[in-house]
Amino acid sequence: MSTKRGLSLILSVLSTITLLWTQFGECNNGRRLGDAVETDFSGFSVPLEHSFEIDDVPRFRLRGALQFRGGRENGVYLAQNQLSEKDRSAMKDVAAVDGLYRVRVPRVSLQVDRQTERQSEGYITGFVRACSLVESHLSDVITLHTDVSGNVIGISIVTIPGSCRGIEVEDEVDLEVFNTTISVVAPVTAPVPETAPYIERMEQEMEKKGKNPQEQKSFFAKYWMYIVPLVLFLMMSGAQDQSGGGAGGGAGNGGGR
Amino acid sequence: MAWLVVRLAISLSLLYTASAVFEDQVGKFDWREQFVGKVRFALFDTHSQASKKLLVATDKNVFASLNSRTGDLFWRHVDKTGPEGHIDALLMYGQDAVVVVGNGRLLRSWETTVGGLKWEAVLDTGSFQAAALIGVQDFVKYVAVLKKSAISLHDLSSGSQIWVENLPDSDTVQYQTIYSGGNGLVFVLGFVPSSHIVIVEYKIEDGEIMKKKSVEAAWMSSLENSCAVISSGNLLCVDQITQSLYTLPLQSAEPTEMRTIHLQTLDLEVASGFQPVLTSTQPNPAQPPLAEFFLQLSPDHHILLQLKDDLIAPLRDFNPSYLAAFATSGEKTFAAVMTPKNDTACTINLFSADTGRRHLDTTIIYHMDPNGGKPNRLYVHAFLKKDDSVGYRVMVQTEDLTLTFLQQPGRVVWMREEALADVVTMEMVDLPLTGTQAELEGEFGKKADGLLPMVLKRLSSQFILLQAWMAHLWKLFYDARKPRSSVKNEVTIDTLSRDEFNLQKMMVMVTASGKLFGIDSKSGTVLWKQYLEDIQPNSIFKLIVQRTTAHFPHPPQCTLLIKNQDTGLGSLYVFNPIFGKKSHISVPALPRPVLQTLLLPVIDQDYAKVLLLIDDQYKVTAFPSTKNVLQQLQDTASSIFFYLVDSSQGKLSGFRLRMDLSTELIWEVVIPTEVQKIVAVKGKRANEHVHSQGRVMGDRSVLYKYLNPNLLAVITESTDIHQERSFVGIFLIDGVTGRIVHEAVQRKARGPVHFVHSENWLVYVYWNSKFRRNEFSVLELFEGAELYNSTVFSSLDRPHPPQVLQQSYIFPAPISTLEATLTEKGITSRHLLVGLPSGNILSLPKMFLDPRRPEMISEQSREENLIPYAPEMPIRTEWFINYNQTVSRVRGIYTAPSGLESTCLVVVYGLDIYQTRVFPSKQFDVLKDDYDYVLISSVLFGLFFATMISKRLAEVKLLNRAWR
Repeated sequence: MSTKRGLSLILSVLSTITLLWTQFGECNNGRRLGDAVETDFSGFSVPLEHSFEIDDVPRFRLRGALQFRGGRENGVYLAQNQLSEKDRSAMKDVAAVDGLYRVRVPRVSLQVDRQTERQSEGYITGFVRACSLVESHLSDVITLHTDVSGNVIGISIVTIPGSCRGIEVEDEVDLEVFNTTISVVAPVTAPVPETAPYIERMEQEMEKKGKNPQEQKSFFAKYWMYIVPLVLFLMMSGAQDQSGGGAGGGAGNGGGR
Repeated sequence: MAWLVVRLAISLSLLYTASAVFEDQVGKFDWREQFVGKVRFALFDTHSQASKKLLVATDKNVFASLNSRTGDLFWRHVDKTGPEGHIDALLMYGQDAVVVVGNGRLLRSWETTVGGLKWEAVLDTGSFQAAALIGVQDFVKYVAVLKKSAISLHDLSSGSQIWVENLPDSDTVQYQTIYSGGNGLVFVLGFVPSSHIVIVEYKIEDGEIMKKKSVEAAWMSSLENSCAVISSGNLLCVDQITQSLYTLPLQSAEPTEMRTIHLQTLDLEVASGFQPVLTSTQPNPAQPPLAEFFLQLSPDHHILLQLKDDLIAPLRDFNPSYLAAFATSGEKTFAAVMTPKNDTACTINLFSADTGRRHLDTTIIYHMDPNGGKPNRLYVHAFLKKDDSVGYRVMVQTEDLTLTFLQQPGRVVWMREEALADVVTMEMVDLPLTGTQAELEGEFGKKADGLLPMVLKRLSSQFILLQAWMAHLWKLFYDARKPRSSVKNEVTIDTLSRDEFNLQKMMVMVTASGKLFGIDSKSGTVLWKQYLEDIQPNSIFKLIVQRTTAHFPHPPQCTLLIKNQDTGLGSLYVFNPIFGKKSHISVPALPRPVLQTLLLPVIDQDYAKVLLLIDDQYKVTAFPSTKNVLQQLQDTASSIFFYLVDSSQGKLSGFRLRMDLSTELIWEVVIPTEVQKIVAVKGKRANEHVHSQGRVMGDRSVLYKYLNPNLLAVITESTDIHQERSFVGIFLIDGVTGRIVHEAVQRKARGPVHFVHSENWLVYVYWNSKFRRNEFSVLELFEGAELYNSTVFSSLDRPHPPQVLQQSYIFPAPISTLEATLTEKGITSRHLLVGLPSGNILSLPKMFLDPRRPEMISEQSREENLIPYAPEMPIRTEWFINYNQTVSRVRGIYTAPSGLESTCLVVVYGLDIYQTRVFPSKQFDVLKDDYDYVLISSVLFGLFFATMISKRLAEVKLLNRAWR
C-alpha cells in the first residue's frame, strides 16, 4: 500500500512539474512572449464547429463559441447550445454506422496584439468516433494546442471513456447537453542539462566530507580489510584461468582446470 | 559515504556496460570497404617503370592513390564536402601532384609515395578557370593558375608565388585556357562570345605582358571544349555550325585572320546536334604539344588527325569507336581506341600516335557487364617492355561508376564499385533456406492430397535430408584433412544459404547513381549488381521489402520507388533481393506525383505485403492489386489511416481510406511556417518489438510504458535564427487521430537535429546556440501505474494523455547520425549508435539516456539500477564499435536483428561501408569461442556414473540392512 502511495506521490510531483512548465514555461523564456503576459485578453471568441453526417461528407455547423478571457491559457470558456431533437437522432444514426464526429476551429492566434493581423485562413480539424461520444453521454475533452507564439496549431477531442462497446443509450436526455472539459495547452520548455545543481551537489558532498574527520581517511585506509581479501581472491582465481578473456560475459569458464 | 556510493554505482554501471573488441576478434565479425567516388581526374605515375601508383581525384572531394596492381588504396585524403573542398585540377610532375581545391582557393602539392603534404598556398579570390605546369628549358619549374580576372605563377618546389597579374579587360573577355610551350612565355587565351579571341602573352620571369592581340572569331561560343593547342603553338578550334576547323599560330607577329579549313575538304562531317571535341596531348609541359590530335565527330566516331606544314591530314579514322585517349611512355606517344566488337564486348587497340599504325598484339577485350552502364572514360598507362615493345594497361570507367582495370589480353586485374560511395538507402534481407530445408518447408506448404502421397512425400524428403547429412559429414571429413586456412570457401550466389543463427544476410543497397547492389553481409562480397538506366541525378529512392524469404516457394520481393524530385513522378522497380533479378510482375503505372507510400500488414494470396501509393489527388493505388487484395482492402478500409506532411505550408493532415480506394481528410494540424518549419517527421520502425510493457520501479510497482505504434515525432526549427530566440520544436503526434500527444520547445537551440524514435522514447540531438555545444535530450512516455487497456492499443480509444519525462545532457562531440540497435525480440537492452564526424561509431547505452536518472541517489533508485544524473555524457573509446576502422563521412546507420537475441547487425555507410555485429547486453545466449566442451562433458559423464555407482551401492547397503 505504502509503495503505491509513494509512486503516486512521485507521479503527482512529476505532473505538477509538468503543469508548472505549462503555466510558466513561457514567462521564463521567449522575450517576445514575455510581453504577452501583461497584455490583457480583452476577450474574444472563436467559433467551434462540428459535423456528423451519415454519409461522412463533412458539413460543419456551429456547436458553440470558445471565449478567450484575460489571463493565460486556462482562461478559455466554451459556450455551447444543447443538441436539438434532430441532431440527437442524427448523432445516434451516425454512431450506429461507426461514423465520425468532427470538430474544427479556425486558425487563430490567441494573442490579442496579433488579432488585428489575423489573416491566416483555414481550419484545424480533429475527430472522434461518434459512437464513443454517444456512449460517453457527450462527455468530451477538447484540447487546443498552441505554438510558442500563441497560434492555434491543433485540436484534439477525446471522450471519457473512449471505447465503443455497443451499449445502447436509451435516454435521449443523455445526449442533450455536452459535458465538455476544454483547455489550451502551450508547448512546455524542454529541460537543458542541469550543470548548476550538479556542481552544487558535488560541492555539498565535498563539504560534508570535509566536516567529518572520520570520513577524511582515504578509501584504502578505510576499506583495506575488504579490499585485500578481494584482491587476493581475484589474483588466485585469475592465476587459475588465464584464458578467461574471450568475449566476456556469457557462460562462465566451467570452473578451474 | 553517499559520494562513495555514487562513485561505486557509477563504476559498477560502467563495468556492466563496458565492452570492447579483443585484438584477436579484429576483422572476425566486421569488415570495411573504402571508396573514393566518381573519378574526375586520374593520372598514372609514369615516373618510374615499376611504379604502381594511380592518382585519382573524385567528385566526392577525395584525392587518393590506388595500387594499380590490386585496386587497393595506398592513401586517401578526404577534403571538406561541398564546393569548399571541390578539386578543380590535378597536375602531376615527377613525385609531386599539384591540386587546386575549392574553386581556386588553395593550391596544394602532395608527395605521391606516402601522400604527405609538401606545401600549401592560399590563392587570391576569384573563380578558377585553368591550371597548367610551366616548363623552362626542359625543366618544369612553375605552376600557373588562371582565375577569372588574374593569373598567378607559383614555384613548384616551394609553392611561393612568383608573380600575380591582372588580366586585361577581364570584365568583357572570358579567359579560359593557359598554354606554355617551354619557351619562356605563357599564353592566356580568352574570348568574347561571338566576337573575337584574345591572346595575352606573359613573360615567365616577371609576368610582364609581352604582347596582346585579338583575332576575329565570330563563330566562337566556348574555348574550353572546342579548342586545343597543338604542335608548337598552333591554336586549333572546331565549330559545329560552320563545320570547320580553324587554326592560328599563337606567336605570329601580326594579328592575322584564323585560317579556315572546311571539314568537307577532309571528307568529314560532325553529327548534327553533337558538340565536336578536340583532344590533344602535351607529354612534357616543357615541350610543345604533339602535332597529332583526336577529333570526336559523333558519340561513336573519332578520328586521329595530324597538323603538318599548316595542313591537316587524317592519319586514321576510327568509326565506330567509343573512347579514345593518348598515353606516353618515354619518348613515344600512343593512342588507345575502344571500338565495339559485338553487343557485349569492346576491343581496345593501341596505335602509334605519329603514324596511326596499329601495334601488333595489343588488343584488349573489354567485356561489358550486361547489368552495368556504358563505358564513358578511358585512362591508359603505356610502358615499354624490356624488348622495346610496347605494353599497356587501361582503366575504364562506366556510367554506373565502375572502375575496371584491364591488362592484355583482356584480363580484369581489379574492379572497384565506386557507386557504393554514395549509398542512399538500404535494407537487409534474410538469405533463403538451403535446398533441403526448403524441401521440408515445401512439404508443409503443399495442399494435402491423400494419405499415401503424403507418406511418400515425407519419406522422400527424409531421404533427401539423410543424403544431405551424409554429404555434410563427408565434407567435414574431407575438410578436416586440409589445412585450416584453405578451407575458407568463397561465397557465391549459388552457395547462399541461411546460417544457423541468421547472422548472414543480404544487404540490398541503393546508390545515388541508380545502381543496386546485393552484398553478402558476412564478407562484403558484391553478389549481384544492377544498373538502372535513365535515373535522374536527383531522384529520391525508397526501398520496400514486400515479401521476405519466409514464404517458400515464393521468392522474396523488394520494390524500389524511384521519384523524380522536380516533377514528383514516380516509378516502381520490382526485383528479387537475393539474386537481383527483375521481377516480371506487372507494375501499376503512376501517372500522378506520389506523395506517400504505406506498406500494409495485409498480404495477398502470394504472401506479398500490400503497398499503397497515394498521389497528389489523394487517390490510392494498391500494389499488388489483385481481386483478393482489393477485397481485403474494402473490408479493412475504415481502419487504414495515413498521414501527409507538407513542410512548405507546415501542414500535417490525416486521411482515412474509403471502400472505393478514395480517401477522406479526417484531421489537420497546421504549424505556421512564419514561426517554425518542419524539418523531419519520423514514426517508429515497423519491425521493432518491445518485450516489456513497463518498468519495475524500486518499490516493486510498475510504471507502464506508453507504447503507441502510430506515434509520429515531428521536429521543427524556428525561422528566427538569432541565437537567443532560435528554438527547436518537438511534437509527438498520433498519426491516426492527429492528436498532439506532447509538445515541447528546446529554447536557444538550433539544428541540425538528429533523432531516434523508438519504443516509448525519443532521443534527439541539437546544437545549443547559447553555450555552443551539442546536447542530447531524451523524452520518455509512460501511461502511469495502470494501463488503460492492457490487451490492445488503439489510438482511437486512449483518452488519457501520457506522462512525459525529459532530461538533457551535454554531448562533448559533434554528431553526424544517430540510430538505435534492434534485436529479434527486444529483450536485449538498447544502445544508441552515434556516428561521429571523426569516423567513429559510438555505442552509447540507452541507460545513460534515461529521464529517470535521479538527482539525489536513494534506496529506490539504487534498486532500479539508475545511474545518478550527471550533466555530461561520457565518451569512452572502448565504446567505439569500429575501433580504428573509421568510416568517412557517415551518412547513415542501418540496424537489423539477427536470429540471436543478443546480436544486432549494424551497417554504417557514407563514403565507406562498415559492417559489424553489436552485443548490447553481451553475448548472453552464445557460448564463448574457447568454451571447454571436454571439461563440461567429462564432468557430466563423471556425475552420471557417480550417481549410477552410488545408487547401486545404496541399493546394496539397503539390502544388507534389510537382511540384518
